[in-house]
Amino acid sequence: MTGPAHIFDKPNRYIGQPEPRADAARLLQGRGRFVDDEKLPRMVHAAFVRSPHAHAKILSVDTEDALSATGVIAIYTGADLAEHVTPYIGTLTHLTGLRSAPQHPLAMDVARWQGEPVVMVVATSRALAEDACELVDVDYDELPAAVNSETALDADTPVIHPEFGSNLAWERDVIAGDIDAAFAAPGVHVIEREFRFGRHTGVTLESRGTLCEYDPSEDQLTVYYSGQAPHMMQVIFSKHLGLPEENVRVISNDVGGSFGIKIHTYGDEIATAAAAKLLRRPVKFIADRFESFVTDIHARDHIVKAKMGITEAGTIVGIDFDDLTGIGPFSMYPRTSAIECNQVLNLTGAPYVMENYRAKGRVVFQNKTLMCQYRAVGHPIAMAIADGLLEDAARKIGMDPVALRELNLMADDSYPRTSATGMKLDDLSHKRALRKLTEIMDYQGLRADQTEARKDGIYRGIGFVSMVEVTNPSPMFYGIGGAPIASQDGATVRLDAGGALHVSSSITEQGQGTNAILAQIAAGVFGIALNRVKVTTGDTATTPYGGGTWASRGAGIGGEAMLLAAQALKDQVLDVAGVMLQTGVEKLDIRDGAVTDLDGKERLPLADLARTVYYRGNELPNDLNPELIATRHYRVTDFPFVFTNGAMAAHVEVDTETGFVKVLHFWAVEDCGRVINPLLVDEQIRGGVVQGIGGALYEECHYSPDGQFLNATMADYMVPMASEMPDITIAHIETPTKTSVLGAKGAGEAGTGGAPAAILNAVNDALSPMGASIWQMPMTPERILTMLDNAAE
Amino acid sequence: MKAPDFDYLRPSSLDVALAMLIEHDGEAMPLAGGQSLMPMMNFRVAAPEALIDLADLTELRGITVDTDTVRIGAMTRYAELMSDPTVQAHIPLIGMALPHIAHDAVRNRGTIGGSLALADPAAEMPALMLALDASIEVAGPDGTRMIKADDFFLGMFETALDDELITAIHVPVATPAQRFGFHELTQRHGDYALAGVAIAKTDDSYCAAFFGVADRATRVPELEAALTRQDNIKTVLTHLDQIDFTDDLKANHTTRQRLAGVALTRALKGMTQ
Repeated sequence: MTGPAHIFDKPNRYIGQPEPRADAARLLQGRGRFVDDEKLPRMVHAAFVRSPHAHAKILSVDTEDALSATGVIAIYTGADLAEHVTPYIGTLTHLTGLRSAPQHPLAMDVARWQGEPVVMVVATSRALAEDACELVDVDYDELPAAVNSETALDADTPVIHPEFGSNLAWERDVIAGDIDAAFAAPGVHVIEREFRFGRHTGVTLESRGTLCEYDPSEDQLTVYYSGQAPHMMQVIFSKHLGLPEENVRVISNDVGGSFGIKIHTYGDEIATAAAAKLLRRPVKFIADRFESFVTDIHARDHIVKAKMGITEAGTIVGIDFDDLTGIGPFSMYPRTSAIECNQVLNLTGAPYVMENYRAKGRVVFQNKTLMCQYRAVGHPIAMAIADGLLEDAARKIGMDPVALRELNLMADDSYPRTSATGMKLDDLSHKRALRKLTEIMDYQGLRADQTEARKDGIYRGIGFVSMVEVTNPSPMFYGIGGAPIASQDGATVRLDAGGALHVSSSITEQGQGTNAILAQIAAGVFGIALNRVKVTTGDTATTPYGGGTWASRGAGIGGEAMLLAAQALKDQVLDVAGVMLQTGVEKLDIRDGAVTDLDGKERLPLADLARTVYYRGNELPNDLNPELIATRHYRVTDFPFVFTNGAMAAHVEVDTETGFVKVLHFWAVEDCGRVINPLLVDEQIRGGVVQGIGGALYEECHYSPDGQFLNATMADYMVPMASEMPDITIAHIETPTKTSVLGAKGAGEAGTGGAPAAILNAVNDALSPMGASIWQMPMTPERILTMLDNAAE
Repeated sequence: MKAPDFDYLRPSSLDVALAMLIEHDGEAMPLAGGQSLMPMMNFRVAAPEALIDLADLTELRGITVDTDTVRIGAMTRYAELMSDPTVQAHIPLIGMALPHIAHDAVRNRGTIGGSLALADPAAEMPALMLALDASIEVAGPDGTRMIKADDFFLGMFETALDDELITAIHVPVATPAQRFGFHELTQRHGDYALAGVAIAKTDDSYCAAFFGVADRATRVPELEAALTRQDNIKTVLTHLDQIDFTDDLKANHTTRQRLAGVALTRALKGMTQ
């Protein structure tokens, strides 16, 4: 057997190395294969008539003129497709009390958000389909809309699903200790703030898209799908279109970003599959940017009233908060829209020793685009609440925010332990991370610069966050609640006759480098040059069964499966080599594509071994199994999630005349366990930080009081661009998780989860000389100016 | 988002282009750089019967300078302006503004004439024309005429063009006595400004044209007079009350007025020496 120490310390030691990713050249040369690159014979195109109203009764649909328009193949209404697609409901049993109504791919009698698909037009080109959409006459009776989450539960607000009697989708209370007593204790300061987190969305570079082909001769549906979880979608297409699961194949080739956007059931995509089945010809749907804004899931949209109690000496005694979040008119299927609120309830304050905790979460329906899981689900809210209050408390008691964290962070040698909310924590390094952070950023130097700059009327601020990130989820995340979402993943490793490895995995590539790390793990563990590993992912027909890539689980779970499979294949190969070389297996190793002695001396090239096994089996004993392929699966046990931790800091400058914020520099120290490829991990963190900057300063889905999305273009919805990206310095602490041999935790969401809190704290640090502070994101110029004006009055 | 069907016409001369405009009787639109028109067509906000592509009209190209005027062809792209030594030497204000106009990809296609014909109130080019006291040369069925920039912009996306095409702009060559200032406030580099201003000072007299603040690029004579009198800046800024400031998602009219004041103050501080 090979052992862990050997894997990470030998020739072909690819794990941990900054290997350039193999697919970069292909993508840069324009040879990526995204859904819209796929073209099939007899392919037709879909466009949708979407509700122009946030809430409206659909009185009638007249398709007569559209049907006779040039190029039109078919037109479907909600009722047409309801005959072929069963409805779906976004609830899970472990989220007790969560309710949602049945959803159809196209609205039936009532449209419940602006942008909801109402009629589908299929034509020979997308342009002709759009022409025909303009000829479809839908007669609506506009209804009053429930738009504002703060009034969603009021008696005079329209109830979106009358059968429920209110717009409440879910609520949960988490209570630990005695928060009232803790706050009332002598010498305890109670800091209270109201946080507002704007709605924003994922803005993938490649928009959602699907190309569906149905072959009636085999009752086979093939779906080219820009998404993150092919096997989950296989179940969903199968279940709701009435096809045997094995007759649905979902292929996700290149995917141009996903961020949690492409992991849900979208009516327009289900309708596309239904149309392909009905028409018996391939149907393509590519969401345009407007459709993306009004139908891709949104995220955040929380209003949180929060308190933190702290002693004069700086001990946090507890956190108490109320989170209200609006999720649109339905809970998204199948992951539900209660998870983000649940994460906020579970994660707030998780880095800190704290005995008293009280949190109330309420999730309400509203006539806006559906809300669901976007990168760093719940984390930016949870981290901003705890660390925002912590730095506010530091100002209140006149203590340095780093010193205050030092006092309250869980000690690095105190694990395993649980958080106040009962989360099981292990292998974390909050204090080391914070110390490393203050070193790499030259904290004292920045403070000195801050003092100097203030003399010239330049207001710079430094803000921190100490955070946890949920990664490597176990079945406790979704599977336990009845969702068709695998928590395990599998990997297959095959030695080909030429001596190369062909590997496949159920995790998926969305641009982050999944295939690159799979190759590194396989090559490093097995003992072969990296360029002799070919990787297949994103195809339900050819990969092992598994969950895909989301919740920062790909490297930790799919990577461990690959490690186990590569080890298993290595054992098989050495068994064969032992027979061929008449040597004990314990005296052999595999290095650089050859069987070697333990000192590295070559004994037998792998190609020779494989050719003997595959072509000339007659030379081998009869009881030698000619099998050079291994599959292994892995799931996390013992822990619901494998938490990572990090410490981040933002340095900002606030222009007090304009309210503009410039992020001058950002630092992140991340402990994601074993780093498989530092280039990829660092870019994941940087990309995440940039999305966090978006949430903190720029991105917001604006709605009118009657539920019209007001800024559904890339000119009006602002994402940070190259000029808005500061230098982002990354450092690592590696505390491998004990739950796996590989020891990798996730890293994909840390930046998005932590950056908003750090930037909020930095802005408030900058504003502190004026006595102003801001608790609303995005922190727009106008909002900052308003806070400055309020403070001046 | 796909544009509805349209005819694509590519005239080889100005006369043919003008004839096509008349022939389509308002249903055709001239295509310059396409940086605003093509998105509008894809959004189906604009649906012309035909596009008249001006790319082959040599009459609309070229930058020439005589003793006191620079003539810049309407189809001159921003990228060409940026790299043109004549423009940099003789119209320093344009040189100051160009890096703020969108990004390379847009500047490679976007044209000066296209921007003026569109008359987007947040665009820099109309304000530059006002500040520089430029004239806009237009051609129509009845021949060519010159329109002073002050008379050209009539409202939001509204100009004095009447079945005409912009053929060139005429900008006075900067004199040694002139000084220029430019400042715009954008949250992201290259965006349309929340507020911006272009200033030309000739001897002691100021011309200040604001953009991104109202329904069109805007001058405030009282404000310019106050600047010329060298009034205290606080007094100068009170004249911003004359502008009917825009409210939108990024800034309400109060914020805009405040930002316009900041832009003006900073532009004055950064005047060329």
